Amino acid sequence: MSTLEKKILAVVTLNGEQVLSGGAPVFIAKTPAEMQRTAFLLEKIIDGIAHDLENDSIIIVRH
Amino acid sequence: MLNESMIAVIIGVVFGFLNRLFMLRTDYRQYPTHRHGKMIHLSLGVIAAGLGAVAVPSLIDENYTAITFLGLAAQQFRDVRNMERQTLSKLDQFELVPRGLTYIEGIAMVFEGRNYLVIFAAFFTSLITLLANWRWGIVAGSLTFIVSKIYMSGKNMQDIADIVEGEVRVEGPHLYVDNIYIMNIGLEVNQEIIKKHGMGILIKPKTGNSLVTIANLGQRQAILHNLSIILGVYRDSGEPALVPLSKRDLENGNLGVFFLPQVKNIKKALEIVGLVPVLENAVRLPSESEVNEKG
Repeated sequence: MSTLEKKILAVVTLNGEQVLSGGAPVFIAKTPAEMQRTAFLLEKIIDGIAHDLENDSIIIVRH
Repeated sequence: MLNESMIAVIIGVVFGFLNRLFMLRTDYRQYPTHRHGKMIHLSLGVIAAGLGAVAVPSLIDENYTAITFLGLAAQQFRDVRNMERQTLSKLDQFELVPRGLTYIEGIAMVFEGRNYLVIFAAFFTSLITLLANWRWGIVAGSLTFIVSKIYMSGKNMQDIADIVEGEVRVEGPHLYVDNIYIMNIGLEVNQEIIKKHGMGILIKPKTGNSLVTIANLGQRQAILHNLSIILGVYRDSGEPALVPLSKRDLENGNLGVFFLPQVKNIKKALEIVGLVPVLENAVRLPSESEVNEKG
């Protein structure tokens, strides 16, 4: 099983302006609920873990 | 047919084998696995007992070549350790909460060590039988059980640490056990699961030496593994957010264990952690170093 570990695999954000794309795809959400939903789906699909950065952004990482 | 040496060998083998039987316990770990796994180790036990018991008559007959076979036997039992290590490491990949290499190495070492104990028991019993008579042989054989018992028992976590309940707190995305930071949980769904099912345990080392042992990652993994074996684990593969974790309080070396059990019973959990064996390979004794002895 090849996996990307210790890398940000995806970013979900409410504030597209504070995230610059640096390799990981960025998903822009309109509401906090949508952000949670997108992060939830990504977490399940990628088998990663969602971390809240407390600046309206969630990142998905695999440890 | 049944001369003195034959009697010595028989008594030696019997006591050696009984020793192996006595030391072969299959408990909650289910290792060695029932029937087949046990059969392997009992058979090896018979071989070890045979080697130990035969050594004495051949020594008395001044048959020194026969003794060198003991060296060959040692090689054989080192392979046992290797075999156990390989099997367990392979199987570990499929555990939801792995044992960890330190635990595996400890188990493998025990298998090797116990075979040597069997050789010793058989050797000692047959020696006494030859030197005295079969009655004393049986007495000597019974004594070997005591030696085996002493070597079988190691320390448990409760001997080196105080184990108390820790409060699981979820503050925003942050997860704490008491004041020890465990991890950042981004999803509200997972935060809810953790509030509902999460359990926290605080392990406080009793001495400076145990502080180092408890900090060992292998020892910590063993604690998590035993908890999840006995209480079940509330997670599946591909759910890293629900993985059990242990983190240290750097200030005082306390260990915060965060865990999602299938059965939430803190009393049992504290007992389980208390009974986790202290892994030989995790033990360090900084107090024994020259630097510290000088005060």
